This record gives sequence, structure tokens and C-alpha cells, in this order.
Amino acid sequence: MRNSHPGHNGNGSANGGAATRAADVVIDCNIRELYYGEFMAVRDTVIPVKRNTITAFIGPSGCGKSTVLRCLNRMNDLVRGFRFEGQVLFRGKDIYARSIDPVAVRRYIGMVFQQPNPFATSIFNNVAFGLRLNRYKGSVAERVEKALRGAVLWDEVKDKLDASGLSLSGGQQQRLCIARAIATEPEVLLMDEPCSALDPIATRKIEELMLELKTRYTIAIVTHNLQQAMRVADQTGFLYVDTKQGGRTGYLVEFGPSKELFEAPREQHTKEYISGEFS
Amino acid sequence: MSHETPIARPPSRGQLLADAAFRRLSQLSAALVLAVVAFIVLRIAFAAAPAVREHGLDFLTGRVWDPNKGRYAILPEIWGTLYTSALALVLGTAFGGAVAIFLSEGFLAQATYRVLRASGLALRPGWSKLPDLLEVTLKNLVSLLAAIPSVVYGLWGLFVVIPLVRPACNWLHLKMGWLPLFGTDLSGPGVLPAVIVLAIMILPTITAISTDALLAVPSKLRMAAYGLGATRWETVLGVIVPTASRGIFGGVVLAFGRALGETMALAMLVGNANQISVSLFSPANTLAALLANAFPEAGPRQVGVLMYAALVLLGITLAVNVIGSILLQRASAAVEGAR
Amino acid sequence: MDAITSVPGSAPQGPFAGVDLDGLERSLRRPRTLMGVLLSGLVSAMTLLALVPLFSVLFMLAWRGGKKLSLSLFTQLPPAPLEAGGGFGNAIVGTLFMVGIATVISVPVGILSATHLAQAGRESRLAAAVRFAGKVLTGFPSILAGVFAYGAVVLVTGTFSPVAGGVALSILMLPTVMLTAEDAIRAVPARMKEAAIGMGATPTQTTWMVLLPTALPGILTGVMLAVARAAGETAPLIFTALFSNYWILSHGRLNLMQPTASLAVLIYNFAGMPFENQVELAWAAALVLVLLVLAANLAGQGLSRRQITS
Repeated sequence: MRNSHPGHNGNGSANGGAATRAADVVIDCNIRELYYGEFMAVRDTVIPVKRNTITAFIGPSGCGKSTVLRCLNRMNDLVRGFRFEGQVLFRGKDIYARSIDPVAVRRYIGMVFQQPNPFATSIFNNVAFGLRLNRYKGSVAERVEKALRGAVLWDEVKDKLDASGLSLSGGQQQRLCIARAIATEPEVLLMDEPCSALDPIATRKIEELMLELKTRYTIAIVTHNLQQAMRVADQTGFLYVDTKQGGRTGYLVEFGPSKELFEAPREQHTKEYISGEFS
Repeated sequence: MSHETPIARPPSRGQLLADAAFRRLSQLSAALVLAVVAFIVLRIAFAAAPAVREHGLDFLTGRVWDPNKGRYAILPEIWGTLYTSALALVLGTAFGGAVAIFLSEGFLAQATYRVLRASGLALRPGWSKLPDLLEVTLKNLVSLLAAIPSVVYGLWGLFVVIPLVRPACNWLHLKMGWLPLFGTDLSGPGVLPAVIVLAIMILPTITAISTDALLAVPSKLRMAAYGLGATRWETVLGVIVPTASRGIFGGVVLAFGRALGETMALAMLVGNANQISVSLFSPANTLAALLANAFPEAGPRQVGVLMYAALVLLGITLAVNVIGSILLQRASAAVEGAR
Repeated sequence: MDAITSVPGSAPQGPFAGVDLDGLERSLRRPRTLMGVLLSGLVSAMTLLALVPLFSVLFMLAWRGGKKLSLSLFTQLPPAPLEAGGGFGNAIVGTLFMVGIATVISVPVGILSATHLAQAGRESRLAAAVRFAGKVLTGFPSILAGVFAYGAVVLVTGTFSPVAGGVALSILMLPTVMLTAEDAIRAVPARMKEAAIGMGATPTQTTWMVLLPTALPGILTGVMLAVARAAGETAPLIFTALFSNYWILSHGRLNLMQPTASLAVLIYNFAGMPFENQVELAWAAALVLVLLVLAANLAGQGLSRRQITS
């Protein structure tokens, strides 16, 4: 992980087919069994996240979609009793290998949370946080402006970069968090229900932002809003809860291009969820 | 995606080293705190060891403190410490508890609101905040009592309390001197002035902890009582105080610990007489006051004996404080369960 | 409860038959109501009574202390018995100096320990033990801090000194600083910590770049409260720093290993003297000391209002 360079796979386009497909997949997530202590939270979930696309995880509450998302940047490590069997390949390397430092993983994969969580400092310092963390030697101010423009927040805050990040509205705070995440230009951006705490207008703005960001980044989002997944996602995975063993274990029911999943779902559970029979 | 040098990079070796080093440092620092407490106890015990060996338990049961004759004993001081602290605790708990109930029930805000409503000012913009403002002010005033240094209380006690109570005390001694409680007359410093000031000093502790305990009682219990037709005071005394009693008791024990260790006000007001008497008006001495008075001029031999006395004081206060802390921890856990 | 006037005489049939509507009226003749009113009155009176000492102390300080207040108090040295005038400039300097030493010792240790306590898990026995030790240390008799410093510093260095006094005061400051800092760090919203970790910050980076800056107002509150307490303490200083009638800095030389004056000890010494001048000075010094302590307390409370919690 410490020596790999972004963007250079060494394959070129000569191999075509398989190599392109392989190069397409930035994160190959393969969860066999995931435990919190004695409780199996997720099983048998395989999701390839393709470059420059938006992949959505949908499903009823408690089905483990946030858990799966958090596997992708090893945020689940923070939960006591977390045990993981499977592998998550990021650029071909398993980030759950023993030799991998989770702190390093999180430098390359950004995350935006459900509740906007800017730091209690100025807008400028919020966005510059990642740059300072990574000891960026270039012009911090330039990068901050670039990130704020990227998050479509620059025009609203360019005159008050010193104001506290907490003084912004909910939607603006979330865009600030997005700016903060993309300031270091991570390859992948994970978003855990980023709009659920926001009003419809702010939600719309962030969805437009996502569509624009996917040209430069790869995005994986968790959402409980079916229409949102339909609007923004290229690929969608539907997770459901298996109660057969007595507990509530999530698993991937169906995965594929969003259009296909929503218009012609193959599995029964998927059909029922999409038609609104349960949520 | 740009092909320039990536901004994101894994943590540098410096950052990782700093992380490990700082975590170790903060852990050591925490352990240091523990070590300091242990060190204090051991240091005093060590310094007291020779005197313990020499005087043994007679030190604790004898009554004579005479440096010239080399006879040392601290029973009068132990008695004085416990007697003054116990009396101050009774007084302090009574008043401290009353203030705690006054604060937690919001009497002041209620009364203010009634006055405002009667005078028609209740809904005007500036006035509507007054009741809460007064409550906060009251709370701050009570905690101000705690902020005043002990030596200032001693000064005040000398020049205000003693002259104030002396006529009444001497009258009591004259009329009811047959009662051992009023057995002697108040010539100046004595048990009563010290107890009064000590009670004032521990009152904020009792009030603060008791108010928290009373406020922590879930309001659904209060609603249940009112729903059954209880009056306000029946609810307070019958339901709320009993539920909060563990927390209140913990606070009382902690206040007792503070009273036991209180030095300056007592050194200035208790009279520093090495005698045992039940009379409220006689001078007495406490362990802390003894240390304060004798240490500055103590020769090496005396220091050892004083260390022994310090050890006794340490033992008593440590025991009381530990018990009080445990009680408070249990009390807050119990209230969590009631939620 | 609103009073419902009852219809006297008639005995109506229907749902309220048999209920004594007179009984709904609020009346002082009823023992329960009377009891309530008496108790309320008692509690109010006791609260008022409890505040009387506060006002008395403040009044005495303002009156007897204020009488003597003048600039010379800050510039002159304590007078000898039967001497007129004089001041306690050296005592003020001494207090500030020793509280300063105590702060330098207790604040780093307290904050460092607090960072460990705040991030330790529930199973850490060290953290539980340290927290408990801190709570016990909060009620530690101040005279014993002096006794300890006497044994650990005075006897070792062979002299009374402000360093010994500072060490004694630091023992009293440490628990407040540490426990308040831990609370302040824990009060930082968890989502901010999560954001930092999500960006790939090491635990130490999270602490320094997010937790400590955000918790700073709360931490400073604890420091100010501890300073206020230490400034007012007498017992730890009586036989560690003793007292002195001279400036700590004389003829351009700072002599650290000598007895040092402090406001608190000055008040203690002068209060019991049979000389009018000394007693007046004690009151003036008490006024200055209380003002100092109040200022530190207010600063602390003002800071705590700026603490950001979720």
C-alpha cells in the first residue's frame, strides 16, 4: 500500500476485455462473514465498485448497508468485537491483510457521514485538515478553493472562509464535509446516507453534486431513499435481512445496473421492496 | 483523474512514531497520578514510622501533649476533629438540604412568577426571563460560598462570629450551665464558632451534590405522586428525597471528609487547647489545626510525632472519602436504572 | 387546584353524590395544606439564612478591607509590629509565583493524563483506578499536601522555599485539572472524532488536531478553577514556603530557596496579632485575595460557556 501509485496499473489497453474490466473495479468487496462479537451482521455480500460510477446500497433498515460501506475503509475496526472474514481488494490489494495499516487506508478512501460533522474551526481549516494531515507541501489555499469549488460551495463561503464551519446551514455543512473529503483527492468517496439529515432542496443540490463528482471520483453511497438511488446510481445493490438463524443477518440479494434492478428486478424480495411493500 | 503526485499518502514514520510515543506518554502520565497518590501515602507513613514504633497506640489514647516532657498523645485532637466535624455536619446538612430542596423545586422562580403575574408583568419581553435569572443567580451565590478561601472565613469568624455569639453563649452557660453542652463559658475561640464556620464551609458541597441528586430523580415519579393526590411537600419528602437519598448521603459523607480535613478556619477559631470537653463553648483542638500550629516550629523529633498525627488524619479522611466516592458512584448507577 | 364552590345543604343524586365538594376547597385549616405552607416558609427562611454569611463576609471585606485599600499596599513590604503603614506587595508576588509553579507542574500532567483517560476503553483498569484516585485526591486535606511537600522538598533541600509551596499546591490543583479536562474531551461530539478518523488521522493526530482544540474552553475552565482554589490555600504553605517580609527578587537576584510570602499566610499571621495595623492589613489582604479568587472563578465560568458540545 505504501509504495503503490494511483492510476498506474501497468496494463495499458493492450489486454482489452478482462484487464479493462479488472482495471474498472476500484474496490472489490467480498464479505463472507462479518461479526460484531457473537452476532453475525452480514454474510455473502460481493460488490464490485467500478471506477467513476456511483454504486448505491439500498435495503430495509437493519440490513447492514452501513456496515458494508464501513468495511470499505475499515471504519468498522472501531467497533469492539468486530470480526471480518473475506477480503476487500483496493487496487488489487486486500486492505484487511495483516500488514495493512487502516490509518493509511483511510487516507485514500474518503467518507461523508449521515450527520454533517465539520470540525469546530474555520471553514478554511476544515477543508485544509486533510491537506495538513498529509503534509501537503504545495499551496494549501489553492487546494482549498479547488475543493470548495468542487463541492459547489465556493461562491457561498468565499467571503467568509474564517467563519466557523458550524455556522453554516445543514446542507452547506454537508457540502463542506464533502469539500473536506475531496480536498486530498481520494480515489473513492464513501457516503453514508449523506442527505437523510437534510431538507429536500439541500438534498437535490447534493445529488447534483454527486453526479458531477463521479467524473473525477468513484462514489459508493448508502441510501434508504429509493428515488435517490434511481436518480443518481449507476449500479445498485439490494441487501435484505435473513432471520432464519434467529438473528438478523444482512446479505446481498441482487446487484446490477440500476435501470435493470429497478425496472426488472430478478429476486422476489427486491420486487417487494421496490414496490413499497416494506421499507 | 489527475496524474500529478497524489496528495494522499500513508502516515509517515515520524507521524507513526509520534503517535506511539504520545500514547505511551499519556499512559505514563496517568500512571504517574496513581503513583503520586501512593507516594504521598507512603512518604507520610515512612516519616511516621519511627514515631509509631516509639509511641505505639498510646499515642492515640493518651491525652497529654507536652513537648518539654517528651509526652505526645492526640486523643483530644481526634476527639476535637470528630466532634466539630459531626456537629458541623448536622448543621450543614440541615441547611444544605433545605437549600437543595429550595433550588431543585424552583421555589424562587415560582414565587417570582407569581409576583410578576399579579403585577401584570409576566408576559412582557424583558421580565419573562426574570424567574430563571434569579434561580441561576441564587445557584451562583451558593457556589460563591465555596469560593471564599478558608483563611478568610477564619478572619471573619474571629471578628464577626465570636463577638456575635459570645453574649448568647455566656447567657446560656449562666442559665443552663448544668447541661454539659453548655458547661463552660465562651472566652473567645471555641467549639461553637468553629462549628458554625465549618458548617458554612461544607454547605456548598452538600447543596451541590444534593441538588444534582434531587434533579436526577425522573419526573415520571413526581407525576405519579401528584396523580395520586399528594401535595407538593408530600411528594418531596415522600418520594423525591427518598429516591435521591443515596446520592444525598454520598454527598454528606464527602462533606464530612472535607470537614475532617479543614484546617485554617479551625486553627483560627477552635482555640487550640489540648483538652477533651463536651461543652460547645470550650476551646478544643483538631488534628489539622495541631499540624498547622506545631509544624512550623517543630524540631526533628517533633516532626516525627507530627507525621504520626498526619498519618492518622490521612487514614481517617482517606477512608471517609473513599466511602463517599463509592456511595456516589453506586447512587448514580441506581438512578440510571430507575429511568 | 381551582376551588369549586359547593352547593351547601342539598344532597344531589348523581355522580357526585356522597362526595364532599367542600373538601375540594383549598384551605389553610387543612393540616396537609398548612404543613406545606409552613415547610415552604421554613425552607425559604433557611435558604435566606444560609446566604447571610456570604453577604456578611463580602460586606466586612469591602468595609474593613476597603478602608485600607491604596496603591501602597501593592508596593510596600509588611510592617513590623507597632509600625504604621506598610503593604503586602511581596505577598501578592509570592502568591502569583507559587500558583504559577503549581500550574506549570499540574497542568501538563493533568491534561496528558486526561487524554489517556478520555480514550481508554471501559475495560482499562488503569483508567478506572486513576479516575478513582483523582476523585479521592479532590477531597485531600490541604494540610497533608503541605506535610507531604515538607517531607519531599523542604527536608530534601534543607530549606523552606516557594518551590516546596508550589509542589504542595500542585497536588491540590491536579485532580481538578485532570477530571475537568477529561470531561471536556469526552464532551467533544463523537461525530467530530469520527470525521477525523475517517480522514486517516492517527489517534494522536485526532487528539491534537481535533479533540484538544475543541475541548480547550472546558480544559481552561478546569485550570482556572484549580488556580482559584490554589490561590486561596494557606495550610499547604505554612510550613513549606513559610513567610517572609522581603521581596523574592532583591537587588536583581532571584533567590528561589528561601521562605516566601503569600497573601493567605499573611492573613493567617496578621489576623491573630494584637496590633491594629496588622489586623487592618489582614482585612485588606483578604479583600485582594477574594477579588483574585473571584476573578479566576468568573474567568473559568465564562470559558465554560464557550465549550462546544453536541
